[in-house]
Amino acid sequence: MTIYAQLGYTFLGLFLVLNWGMLMSATFRKIVARVAGRHGIPIYQPWIDLVKNAGVRTTLSHGTMFYLGPVFRLTGAVGMFLFMPALVGIGNEHWLNFSFQGDIILILYFQLFGMLGMALGAGEGGQPHSAIGIGRGLAQHAAVELPLTLGILSLAIQYQTLSLVDIANAQQGGILNWTLFTNPVASAAIMLAALGAFGHSPFNLVKAPNEIPIGPPTEYHGSYLGILMSSGAIIHVMEAALFMNLVFGGATSWIEFIIKTFLIYFYSIFVGVVFPRFRIEQSVVWFFKLPLVLGIIAILIYSF
Amino acid sequence: MNELLKKAEANASTKEEKSFVRPEDEEREVIAPDGSIIKVNPIYDYFSGEKPSVEKPNKGVVEKFLNWARAESIWVLGFGTGCGSIEIPPLMTPRFDAFRFGVQMRPTPRQSNAFIISGYLSVKTLKRVIRSYEQMPSPKYVIALGSCTINGGMYYDSYSTINRLDKYMPVDVYIAGCMPRPEALLAGFVKLKEIIKSGKGEGANLYAENFDEYKANQKKVIKDWNMPDYNW
Repeated sequence: MTIYAQLGYTFLGLFLVLNWGMLMSATFRKIVARVAGRHGIPIYQPWIDLVKNAGVRTTLSHGTMFYLGPVFRLTGAVGMFLFMPALVGIGNEHWLNFSFQGDIILILYFQLFGMLGMALGAGEGGQPHSAIGIGRGLAQHAAVELPLTLGILSLAIQYQTLSLVDIANAQQGGILNWTLFTNPVASAAIMLAALGAFGHSPFNLVKAPNEIPIGPPTEYHGSYLGILMSSGAIIHVMEAALFMNLVFGGATSWIEFIIKTFLIYFYSIFVGVVFPRFRIEQSVVWFFKLPLVLGIIAILIYSF
Repeated sequence: MNELLKKAEANASTKEEKSFVRPEDEEREVIAPDGSIIKVNPIYDYFSGEKPSVEKPNKGVVEKFLNWARAESIWVLGFGTGCGSIEIPPLMTPRFDAFRFGVQMRPTPRQSNAFIISGYLSVKTLKRVIRSYEQMPSPKYVIALGSCTINGGMYYDSYSTINRLDKYMPVDVYIAGCMPRPEALLAGFVKLKEIIKSGKGEGANLYAENFDEYKANQKKVIKDWNMPDYNW
């Protein structure tokens, strides 16, 4: 396949993922509304919000880094998409994007990249609530990364590879080949860390609207906020796709991709509507308890 | 009695003009860690003193499309000023469900485009309202809820509330009543949508055009004015 065809497929995939991410968040708000007995937002509300934000007339900047914050966030989101296979299996070679041997390390880095960019950008905004949100976000992310990385390393030892494509391909051929069943301890560590990676309740203190007016993006408005919203949509799908490839056997068609990412995202929302918000010291300690112990056990299993 | 009053008036006029700048906000010199001396003026370091400018709308179909999007996505600033704010939480509950109309609450003025002045507005709150209103990006809309915002309502002769909101900021929609029920507020949102879609929701530009007039009115009632004229 030529590089141009590869680029074409990648952009098409990115377009699909962006729209699926917005539809997914709208669907979930709709579900939560129906549970509460409301009609809720129209299903196309996120797209209208995006157009509205692009149409805001006054935008003001606090400096160069303030501009670059959302750009870094979008780069992190698109980077996660570029280096992760969308679909795996036979006949899906054109949907592998630019994944390569060792792409997991790069994806873990891109997860942090957007956050760091936002930290610098929102820091320049000068809003005290942003700084509090950033401090909490980075502390929590450090606590999430530890069990997540230990779980992923356990998978790397199990499959003897750091390539996401190889890990997903090794799980094909039946539900019992999924990592969920072949390495349940590492899967548990990864999926518990996933709750923190999604950042929904109970781990949403970073942008709790009724405590620190939505944290890092407090100062962002207009098209800055539009970029943040669209990158948020991509990141949610790509986080779900990462856990799908690691634990739930990857996807061999777009239908499977949509169902699996939807269910993984639903899992984090489900936990979110059941459990109230943690304080930051509670959430950090929580990750250092069960998920971390599971992660260490998952590594120890392969060291004997 | 009259003599006493005259005496008090004379005292008030001869009294020195009081400075309302807090000590930590005063202009001063600070010694930096490397020994150099830096002049700081916190009020102007924190805010921009620049006046707002008129932002012309686009032309034709583009503006119509954008106005449609603005009308269908009204982000309300979560700032309750008076007793009317008790009517806003029920709006989001199953009974009234304003989300159906594209109305959502935002916690920060930077991201909102509609401001509900809910009921009576005391002079102390007016100062905060002006600061929040000026921080909202254009185009922005103001909904005045309740009779108090129209003519003072039951507080028409109060020493600490304003009577006509229209004097201090441009208002798009008035909702009369004391108190208007949430249904009235929903009707107000529908009216605001009509106004935005017809391209008449240009309150931000009106504010920029008549800036001096609005500022003079504001300063007339706010005695402890310790901020720049325009703070965004």
